[in-house]
Amino acid sequence: MFSEFSEEQIRRYARQIIMPEIGGGGQKKLLEAKILVIGAGGLGSPAIQFLAAAGVGKLGIADGDNVEISNLQRQTIHAGNLGMNKAESARVFVEKLNPDVEVEVHPFHINAENVRDVVKKYDIILDCTDNFVSRFLINDACVIEGKPFVHSAVLKFYGEIMSIVPKETACYRCVFRHAPPPGSVPSCQEAGVLGVTTGLFGTLQAAEAIKLILNIGETLTNKMLTVDLLTMEFDIVKLRRNENCPICSGRIREIIPEKYVERCQL
Amino acid sequence: MSAVKHYLDLRGEVCPFTFVKTKLKLEEIGAGEILEVILDHEPAVEDVPRSVKSEGHEVLRVEMIGEKLWRVVIKKCLE
Repeated sequence: MFSEFSEEQIRRYARQIIMPEIGGGGQKKLLEAKILVIGAGGLGSPAIQFLAAAGVGKLGIADGDNVEISNLQRQTIHAGNLGMNKAESARVFVEKLNPDVEVEVHPFHINAENVRDVVKKYDIILDCTDNFVSRFLINDACVIEGKPFVHSAVLKFYGEIMSIVPKETACYRCVFRHAPPPGSVPSCQEAGVLGVTTGLFGTLQAAEAIKLILNIGETLTNKMLTVDLLTMEFDIVKLRRNENCPICSGRIREIIPEKYVERCQL
Repeated sequence: MSAVKHYLDLRGEVCPFTFVKTKLKLEEIGAGEILEVILDHEPAVEDVPRSVKSEGHEVLRVEMIGEKLWRVVIKKCLE
């Protein structure tokens, strides 16, 4: 009766198709989209959950770590999978939730040698990593490959998120030239993080990815949203491209592996 | 000159799928074309026309054509 959707898909996606912003056309775009989630931890878990539920046709999941008991306070999709590689564990979850989603597992850490080859295969990338070296690496690789991506970082009750459309809007390196000195910013391992904080920001990353695919609403491009859940302060900081940014000015066109240590200066 | 007509038999279907299926069919047909929807789920007789109108289409007729059976005639809007 309907050329695009099966009876099961009509029921599964009814609440999305009903919305004027999505409809059958938008749902088809989601089913044809390819999204890469780098890191299946605190941010990646909720992002994977809602992207899979929404019917994103292909999900790449990259993570080299295994599920530990200390992860389960915030990484709920890994329930029951202690010891399993996180990307594999996420695949198990997605396959149970929605058989429409094809999962490609990248069960290793993304590094300077492999980042461009992995990023290349997708339309949108979510940076769900937990360290500065990875953030600069993913930023630089996505800008070089021309792939829109969504950055987020969290700590304790606080988080930040911004979306980047390469060569059009401010990139992460336009805002932060390089990483802070090692040890100057505590990690979630040292300072802690609430599951709600990672859950909120990972979910916001999924929302941004869906809007970027559907080309609807306003995205967090040239903007950074910061949230402090202790005070419930939500702020949007306006950002601008930096003409001297070595990556998005096009001055540097390759990933130089030896740059991605400590401060990631270019 | 009469516009192209399309039919959608939604007997046995309930809300919200009555509207979801009507909407999907409207996306498939051409602007200005006519869609006749047959419904036997009473709440949908109000829900479908209201939702269709809110998306900008024209509801030409809502009529009872039998016991617990209704026909809704819709003209797809010119986008």
